[in-house]
Amino acid sequence: MDVVVCLKRVPEVAEVDLQLDPSGRAIKTEDLPFVLNDWDSYALEEAVRIKERTGGTVTAITVGPQEDEEVLRRALALGADQAMRIDDPRVKGSDAYALARVLARAIEGIPYDLILTGAQASDDGYAQVGPALAEILGIPHATLVTNLELGEGVARVRRELEGGMEEEVEVRLPALLTIQTGINEPRYVSILGIRRVAKKEIRVLDLDALGLGEGEVGEKGALLTLRRLFLPPVGEGAEILEGPPEEVAGRVLEVLERGGVI
Amino acid sequence: MAVMVLVEHRQGEIREVTWEMLAKGQELASSLGVELQAVLLGQGVEGMASELRRFCHRVLLLQGPAFETFNSEPYQEALKAILEERRPVLLLIGHTAQGMDLAPSLAAELRLPLAPDCYDFGFSDGRLWAHRQMYGGKLSAEVSLREAPTRVITVRTGAFDPAGLREIGGEVEEVEVPLGDFPYKRFLRLIEAPPGEVDITQAEVVVSVGRGIGGPENLPLAEELARALGGVLACSRPVADKGWLPKERQVGTSGRTVKPKLYIALGISGAFQHIAGMKDAELILAVNKDPKAPIFRVAHYGIVDDLFKVVPALVAKVRERKGG
Repeated sequence: MDVVVCLKRVPEVAEVDLQLDPSGRAIKTEDLPFVLNDWDSYALEEAVRIKERTGGTVTAITVGPQEDEEVLRRALALGADQAMRIDDPRVKGSDAYALARVLARAIEGIPYDLILTGAQASDDGYAQVGPALAEILGIPHATLVTNLELGEGVARVRRELEGGMEEEVEVRLPALLTIQTGINEPRYVSILGIRRVAKKEIRVLDLDALGLGEGEVGEKGALLTLRRLFLPPVGEGAEILEGPPEEVAGRVLEVLERGGVI
Repeated sequence: MAVMVLVEHRQGEIREVTWEMLAKGQELASSLGVELQAVLLGQGVEGMASELRRFCHRVLLLQGPAFETFNSEPYQEALKAILEERRPVLLLIGHTAQGMDLAPSLAAELRLPLAPDCYDFGFSDGRLWAHRQMYGGKLSAEVSLREAPTRVITVRTGAFDPAGLREIGGEVEEVEVPLGDFPYKRFLRLIEAPPGEVDITQAEVVVSVGRGIGGPENLPLAEELARALGGVLACSRPVADKGWLPKERQVGTSGRTVKPKLYIALGISGAFQHIAGMKDAELILAVNKDPKAPIFRVAHYGIVDDLFKVVPALVAKVRERKGG
């Protein structure tokens, strides 16, 4: 089975005090560590497992600058057969639909039975590129997949619903599935493993190679525009207890007693 | 002209997000001077339609075997026909497992602007703006949806209060749409949440751990605090994803919703999906190294410190108090 997996490199923002850049529409990323989007690491692991079970190939794709090759190297180290990066300054400002269009053009020329993406990205959280990509390619999709079995020309998947409930659906192949975290246990990739694939060729394509014009992507092609970033409205906020742990623990005890918890 | 709300229902019940969208929809429709319409796709759902019409001007009711359970394919085809014929200014869909499966492909097919997972939105000077969170809730973004015959917003659950719904007493209009076959996607069955050995929803004290707990080897520390307080141990999504605790201990939209007397969040950043499952606890204490963690926005008390220093001190104090 031939699988295409779409990957995104994102900034790691836990325990970081995010700063806006002068435009007010993006964050300063110079000092941030970058990682493979958490959801995508599960999608990548799933793609590699399918290859190991059924044979076939894995193709990893990302849209972004040279630095983003890091996530493709990781994919190659895990067993992806080829990797592709779409790099073009005109892509900047694209919304999810425009990005799906770019990916669709890149994937059109590759034989595939299954396309996997993460259910969402941890930075923008749109959860939109996967199903939009399926629509543009004219194939069925299922989102938030937590379990996946392959049959004769079909994928039987579990989708995560609310409150611990799930549903089982059958999707005819070729299809696109968006993968939810927890579906598997992504394996560890050693630095040595990544070094081993350092020389492997990564195809780099621009919009011209994909036959896309400026009006179709970037801010001009976008149906959704980000106008500004701001700090979310704070409710009352927590009263912060400060001091050494013993002292703070004592104050917590007072609060719990007052609240009748103990 | 209308503002349309897609009704979400499962197992014969209208889901809460529907009423939340109708509450916001009433406000928008009245400010625009247009009808508020609810689109109800289902089978044998006349009862729902008469319940819904109380709170909107019109229920567009489309029934058929294809809508017996949710399936994005027939939903998309039916909505496409309805949108093309009626051109509502705005279509609201829940940002839920159903909405996430449907809205992006529907919007892509019709090339409609879509703003996903929004907690507020409105028109000013004819421009449609929406607010949504980014970076795990650390920042908010204002987005603009380009001018189009219809624009689509998926709405964050819990963002609007259905208590404000007023009676409108509208009508039910039965709609017919020519539908093809749907051979590509087949619903098989619903799988209920498996009952766990511990029911965290019944506990008066819940001590919950997140990514900050570091690894399964540190769980006994949190367990000790839970036991000292007579409570149970729960977790946020990453901990269940990694298999450190079973899924039935997970608090949040895709796990359980808890309302204990005391909720202690240890090393939990506070993604929206988690907060939705615990924000109604009577007393919330959060311990996190990151002072900007969104969990501190819903907590009543916060400790910005290393949980591995704070928790042993807490355990000691609780034991001292209980022993003394």
